[in-house]
Amino acid sequence: MKDISLHIMDILQNSTRAKATVIELLVEEDEQNDKLILKFTDNGTGMSQETLEKVLNPFFTTRTTRKVGLGLSLIKQNAEQTGGSLEIESELGKGTVVTVTFGLSSIDRPPMGDLAGTVVLTASAYPDVRFIVNYKNSKVDYVFDTDEINEALDGISIQEPEIIQYLTEMFRENIS
Amino acid sequence: MDKIRSLADLKKKREQLQSALKLREQGENTENLIQVRVAMATCGIAAGAKQVMEVIINECNKRGIQAVVTQTGCMGYCYAEPTVEVTKPGEDPVVFGHITPAKAEELVTKYLLGNEMLDGVIPVNYGKVDQ
Repeated sequence: MKDISLHIMDILQNSTRAKATVIELLVEEDEQNDKLILKFTDNGTGMSQETLEKVLNPFFTTRTTRKVGLGLSLIKQNAEQTGGSLEIESELGKGTVVTVTFGLSSIDRPPMGDLAGTVVLTASAYPDVRFIVNYKNSKVDYVFDTDEINEALDGISIQEPEIIQYLTEMFRENIS
Repeated sequence: MDKIRSLADLKKKREQLQSALKLREQGENTENLIQVRVAMATCGIAAGAKQVMEVIINECNKRGIQAVVTQTGCMGYCYAEPTVEVTKPGEDPVVFGHITPAKAEELVTKYLLGNEMLDGVIPVNYGKVDQ
């Protein structure tokens, strides 16, 4: 992955595949502790202890189209290279929480990339899922909640190309 | 209004858009639309599927093509990512491999608009990784 936003796009798909209806993402630049924190929380199917033990193995996947599952392994490796870590908590029937920490000022940390575009494109691809994305640093605290957006759109689909463009612009404006 | 910053701005834009979008909805039934699915699993994303999807959405919009552009998971053609599956109404799906942003534009102008085939079609009987 070229940047962190692509990792985010990838990990969000895990939640959608786990049939989550609410997916929360916290992106926090904690300058005081020099950390970049990503926290994914979903209410999907969750994982058994047995699956949880295998989930970071790059040769484990629930897919049948291929035999490797690299998403979590790749982000874990990138996080660890910056002195960070990846932790997963999960319970069957309740959901999963994935917390990834990067060293914020580490020279090995990939750039954030197009977070706005990533979030909006993912949200528009799963219009029935509620996405709540919170971006935080010392200057900004922005919450993007698709429930609020759908209310404002009043029946117009979040999948319309113009809407995707407007939402990306709105997100970008609020986090810069 | 130049930039959209808040939900209130979004509402205003929506009102401007509403009549145009209503017309579009009335004329179309999703079953009669071209379905475009971009493979967006780890393999697709790493190969640049996000940019490809953005190009397809924008090009379709620019050229007035009413297509449903969505994401799908990994189809097993990881070696040929980014892959795009196009299903025209009443036709069998066609999967295109190695789609760069430039090729995505070509896909829209040639195949979606002009019905002209492109290189890079992955035949249905082509082997997948688990076969």
